[in-house]
Amino acid sequence: MMPRTPDKFYPWLPFWTLLRKEVLRFCRVSTQTILTPIVTASLYLFVFGATLGERLTVLEGFSYAQFVIPGLIIMGVINNSFANTSSSLFMSRYLGGIVDLLVTPVSPPQFILAYTLAAMIRGMLVGTVVLMISTLFATLPWEAPLFAILMAMIASFLFAQFGLIAAIYAHNFDTLSMYSNFVILPLIYLGGVFYPVSILPDPWGKLSYLNPLFYLIDGFRHAIIGVGDTSYLVAFGVSSALAIGLFIWAAWLIGQGYRLRS
Amino acid sequence: MDALTIENLCKSFDGKPAVRDVSFAIRQGEIFGLLGPNGAGKSTTINMIAGVVRLGAGQITAFGYDNQRDYRYTRRMLGVVHQEVVIDNFFTVDQALRLHAGYYGVKDDPAWRQLLIERLGLEPHLDKVMLKLSGGLKRRFMIAKALIHRPQLLILDEPTAGVDVELRHGLWEFVREINRQGTTILLTTHYLEEAEEMCDRIAIMNHGELIALEDTHDLVRRLSNRQLRLWLEQPLAEQPAELKNYSPQLKEDGRLLLLNLPAGESAGHLLNQICSLGLNISDIETDQSGLEEVFIQLTGMKGFN
Repeated sequence: MMPRTPDKFYPWLPFWTLLRKEVLRFCRVSTQTILTPIVTASLYLFVFGATLGERLTVLEGFSYAQFVIPGLIIMGVINNSFANTSSSLFMSRYLGGIVDLLVTPVSPPQFILAYTLAAMIRGMLVGTVVLMISTLFATLPWEAPLFAILMAMIASFLFAQFGLIAAIYAHNFDTLSMYSNFVILPLIYLGGVFYPVSILPDPWGKLSYLNPLFYLIDGFRHAIIGVGDTSYLVAFGVSSALAIGLFIWAAWLIGQGYRLRS
Repeated sequence: MDALTIENLCKSFDGKPAVRDVSFAIRQGEIFGLLGPNGAGKSTTINMIAGVVRLGAGQITAFGYDNQRDYRYTRRMLGVVHQEVVIDNFFTVDQALRLHAGYYGVKDDPAWRQLLIERLGLEPHLDKVMLKLSGGLKRRFMIAKALIHRPQLLILDEPTAGVDVELRHGLWEFVREINRQGTTILLTTHYLEEAEEMCDRIAIMNHGELIALEDTHDLVRRLSNRQLRLWLEQPLAEQPAELKNYSPQLKEDGRLLLLNLPAGESAGHLLNQICSLGLNISDIETDQSGLEEVFIQLTGMKGFN
């Protein structure tokens, strides 16, 4: 029963293993991680698509359902990407399981990449299912599908980073829920999911341009219905810059082992 | 090449030193015990070796590689059983073991995994999630997990804390077995008798400092007092004044003379002195105290148990 010399080292196997574990983790609790957000989004679709949607028009030439569906998709992507990294990493910190990873050869870049990709898989999965359900309520023109996918991926990446950062700074579950309830939720609702910011009176309309989520939501919707409050370039530029900024922040924290290694 | 070399290791938490200038080396193939009272700095030292705690100052080298610069290599060489029970409640025993090898960049070896499962008695519990395991099973799982990538140095930070006697003996027997096969062991334990029995060498820490590091038998022999129990042919009425340096005590109506032999002093010298006093000895017994007394003597503590 000799623990002989360690076998061949596969440098990227730690990354794939961590990614697999993170995906398995959210699949094991799929009622909470996949089904619940889909049901929530479906209820929104039903309310705004099949009931109120018939009586509302916020954008000339489009039904309210056509307007709100892109916002609901991106909301699902954002919420679930954030929830995946933040809950997984925070639980690991809180319950002490993080030391199991800290003693392994998983490098900081692999750590971030695995957590981020798992969050993106969950976020994009929820977004895709919401999109499929939305076809029951409206037909979307899909003006620039590749750009829409790109914006959804940026949104997912960005909020995966934000989830990592929140999980590292949070002291307890209360603090963690504050990030989603008092930061993400208001920014989403005020970022133009349910209305175009152009209909807001000043200064609220102008203030909305300071909301980073506005660019993600507007860029995604612009790519789908062909109408937006900003250009593709501005939406892409602001979202990418923010995503890179948060990635650098998260990478610095994890590279330093901030609040992970004492 | 040593399995582990620690040089001038220091660590403070909030300005309070936890480890002060600690240096020692662990030879390949030995069982090395790191002992000390609670708060002595043992776990901090172990956590710095494992990579859970950042180094304050100093250097740690595992199998010739720096554990900061070459951490991906050194961590692959180490297996760590943490003091706290660390489990992931999302997965079953079997899933967790399969995943764990991958974290170390090693492909799952079903034969090796099965061997660990059998030796640690995990077979009937493979499909249970961690939450359903008893305390003893969690400990056994943690050992299997630490060995799944075949480390060359196994670090056991109080692996038997809170487990029953039977399981403790079983675990130590297993540790001896893998040590015989070539795995170096670094352990901490609160059970000093077991440490004395298990370890080739022992280091004792107190207040963050290394206060002893020696071969276990040498340490016990050098620092522990031996007691000579002399059965006399003629009973004594009073303690011989010439032997007052040996703290004499008379028992059994003066037929039994107890003398404490200080560490480092030979029994022959004392026996010559007794003969010169004209005392006729019918029988001699010696009683040597163990690591626990050495530990108390060095740390000023009253032991762990």
